[in-house]
Amino acid sequence: MHNEMEVRFLSLSGNEGFARAAAAAFAAQMNPGIEELSDIRTAVSEAVTNAIIHGYDQNRDCIVTMQMEIEDDDLTVIVRDDGCGIGDIELARKPFFTSKPELERSGMGFSVMEAFMDEVDVCSEVGKGTVVTMRKRIRHAN
Amino acid sequence: MELNAQKRGPRLFVRLSGELDHHSAEQTRIMLDTLLKDVTVRELVLDLSDMSFMDSAGLGVILGRFRKLSMRGGKLIVKGMNTSVDRIFQMSGLYAIVERQ
Repeated sequence: MHNEMEVRFLSLSGNEGFARAAAAAFAAQMNPGIEELSDIRTAVSEAVTNAIIHGYDQNRDCIVTMQMEIEDDDLTVIVRDDGCGIGDIELARKPFFTSKPELERSGMGFSVMEAFMDEVDVCSEVGKGTVVTMRKRIRHAN
Repeated sequence: MELNAQKRGPRLFVRLSGELDHHSAEQTRIMLDTLLKDVTVRELVLDLSDMSFMDSAGLGVILGRFRKLSMRGGKLIVKGMNTSVDRIFQMSGLYAIVERQ
């Protein structure tokens, strides 16, 4: 089965829940297990939150794009922002690293994406934006 | 995020209901810190039975309250985690510092 979707939404924190719900609703047609669905929701939440907090520095009038693609049992989720970009991707991906300690962030965003998805690619250019591509094979296991 | 609190001696029981993400984190943090202004609180028991979702923003909120309590010699206990909350606690190593009931 092949299917695709794309949603665009404003960089409002209230849209984090919307993005999770949209991602889960689209992935549901792959008949994933409850745990797999929860992994997708959590990983999407992390990527979208990063776009809002870091990419757009909490500016509320920017656009976050989420694309999803299903190819049989393979799910791809792409979260894109046109924000400030990441200078040092390797550092940003390190567990407990956060560029905004004043926000009391755990610094676990990328670690969570990596733990809950099979593959996480980060493409970023300073001043241009960031694209996070996550892949997961659905095994239908609970 | 909804919060129900009950105090018994030095113990503060808080039941969190809803989703704890970046969007609800600040409000949750403010509500918990208001309760923790009571310096007689030595133990914070977070009942997460009705928490349907949590991501790393929620970990930040819990870690922050843990630090606050540690500084006054107190402790933080979590209980009632569903499978998905349990998974993020496991992977982050939170159970190494926070007590579970």
